Amino acid sequence: MSVLVFIESADGAIKKSSLEAISFAAAMGQGDVTAIYLGQLESAELQKAGNFGATKVLHVNDERLNKGIIQAYASVLAQALEQSGAKTLVLAKSALGDPVAARVAIKTGASFVSNVTALPDTTSGFKVTRSIYTGKAFATEEMKGDIKILAVKKNAVDLKETGGSAQVEAFSPQLSDSDFGVTITKTEKQEGEVLLPEADIVVSGGRGMKGPENWGMLEELAGELGAATGCSKPVSDIGWRPHHEHVGQTGVKVSPTLYIAVGISGAIQHLAGVNSSKVIVVINKDPEAPFFKAADYGIVGDAFEVVPKLTEAIRAAK
Amino acid sequence: MKILVCITHVPDTTSKISFSDNNTKLNSAGVQFIIGPYDDYALARAIELKEQSGGSVTVLNVGEADTEPTIRKALAIGADEAIRINSFPKDSFFVAQQIAAVAKEGGYDLILMGRESIDFNGGMVHGMVGELLGMPSVSPVMKLDIEGNTARLAREIEGGKEYLELNLPFVAGCQEPIAEWKIPNMRGIMTARTKNWTYGSRWRPRPRPSCSATTCHRPRGGENDR
Ligand SMILES: Cc1cc2nc3c(=O)[nH]c(=O)nc-3n(C[C@H](O)[C@H](O)[C@H](O)COP(=O)(O)OP(=O)(O)OC[C@H]3O[C@@H](n4cnc5c(N)ncnc54)[C@H](O)[C@@H]3O)c2cc1C
Repeated sequence: MSVLVFIESADGAIKKSSLEAISFAAAMGQGDVTAIYLGQLESAELQKAGNFGATKVLHVNDERLNKGIIQAYASVLAQALEQSGAKTLVLAKSALGDPVAARVAIKTGASFVSNVTALPDTTSGFKVTRSIYTGKAFATEEMKGDIKILAVKKNAVDLKETGGSAQVEAFSPQLSDSDFGVTITKTEKQEGEVLLPEADIVVSGGRGMKGPENWGMLEELAGELGAATGCSKPVSDIGWRPHHEHVGQTGVKVSPTLYIAVGISGAIQHLAGVNSSKVIVVINKDPEAPFFKAADYGIVGDAFEVVPKLTEAIRAAK
Repeated sequence: MKILVCITHVPDTTSKISFSDNNTKLNSAGVQFIIGPYDDYALARAIELKEQSGGSVTVLNVGEADTEPTIRKALAIGADEAIRINSFPKDSFFVAQQIAAVAKEGGYDLILMGRESIDFNGGMVHGMVGELLGMPSVSPVMKLDIEGNTARLAREIEGGKEYLELNLPFVAGCQEPIAEWKIPNMRGIMTARTKNWTYGSRWRPRPRPSCSATTCHRPRGGENDR
């Protein structure tokens, strides 16, 4: 038996969430772990998958797959499942992973569960726990059928380094024109930035920041912490920040180790996107702000005074 | 252009979530139900596209009779007709099969829905429908323009966006800022009553592995809203 793990990269490196997915697959104890990567990437980078428990990496070294074409990716993964004989596909939940896996589920007749938050319980059957109602609750369900697909939420398991190195093998699937019915004409992406869904620490700003010109302060704090920046919905609605930074019920759901919210009131829709963070720090000048109820640490004070001091203190502590 | 918009009937975003029947069912006492916020964006954009270039907007919901007020709201916002497949939406695969069956029969040019529902957050129905129909599927779509047979889209990716082009027909999972949510006006509410409804009985799929025996629980220390 073996488990296949679909991995993605960002800025030339395997994404941390993908490494977590490999650790997750290894910890499942359902046999050898084979990772699969689509598009061009250095072999030396792919070998690193071995350090997290993969014995092999299937590499589809095809330039056409450098961008995430949903249909083509689904065709490749379905063929890899069939040819490798793997019965389980694990992937990190992502903007690309879920739409791709949905198509793979139809192609292979698999059952598919997303937002998985813990290792499956295989003592009798195959039970998985996932978050539902945007993190307000959890469901445990039995996955049936021969083939299973699990999209894993960030921080479901700890990264575990094994010291191994994976063997990289070429994989050449059959792709047809109909797999490329969608043409990507342009990509706009910040290079070298910590990706919000991947980040271990997130510094987020709300309407209390007063205007886009004040974000420098948050970026500086984020820079010191190696954090990604996020924002509340009105902030991206007014265009102070790009939409991909919008956190919450209708935006990105994050589950970092540390979430720092500055000048955000803590509306239930915002909390829905951050409630699986391990530690929440809230900075707000209103002691009655609802966010304090969900916070592990709260600082009542003016962001414009507190944030620079916090940045200073972190710099000093380094 | 014939547009099909698939909507979910879900608890309002401010709802406190709890369960009954031995933790197997949502406790719906005091819960207000709404059109899924992402589906609402899809519906708003569908209506704008129709206003620009003509055609029709059909809303589709897979659900039991209790979802009717939600469907009626979609008609009041501006959809032309409604289809309700009278069945409990038991899982994503089941719902996708129902949608694909309706779509095949209706010959739609464009199938829109939210990127995910806010109850089970599966985010997989659009992909499944696309695959079942042999059409491209794109998600999460934040911009959608159509000219003749060609669509130009922007899709959110981590840390930015990607612009794409493809031909109709296809399936899209939508999110903001594809359009602004629309609020029904008095005229919409009045005309909604006279619009055409179809009730479908569920299309019986072949038996297939899926998930079952769901039990639910609230997060640890679920007293506060985390
Ligand atoms: C269907 C639906 C979906 C939604 N989805 C989302 C979502 O995904 N994400 C989201 O964020 N919102 C969402 N919202 C909106 C949500 O309800 C709130 O309106 C929003 O989160 C408020 O943003 P905010 O906290 O930045 O602004 P406000 O509520 O205006 O709060 C600003 C806060 O800043 C504080 N403040 C002001 N000045 C200072 C200062 N100098 N120093 C420190 N603190 C200061 C204030 O005390 C206040 O608490 C949604 C709403 C609906 C209806």
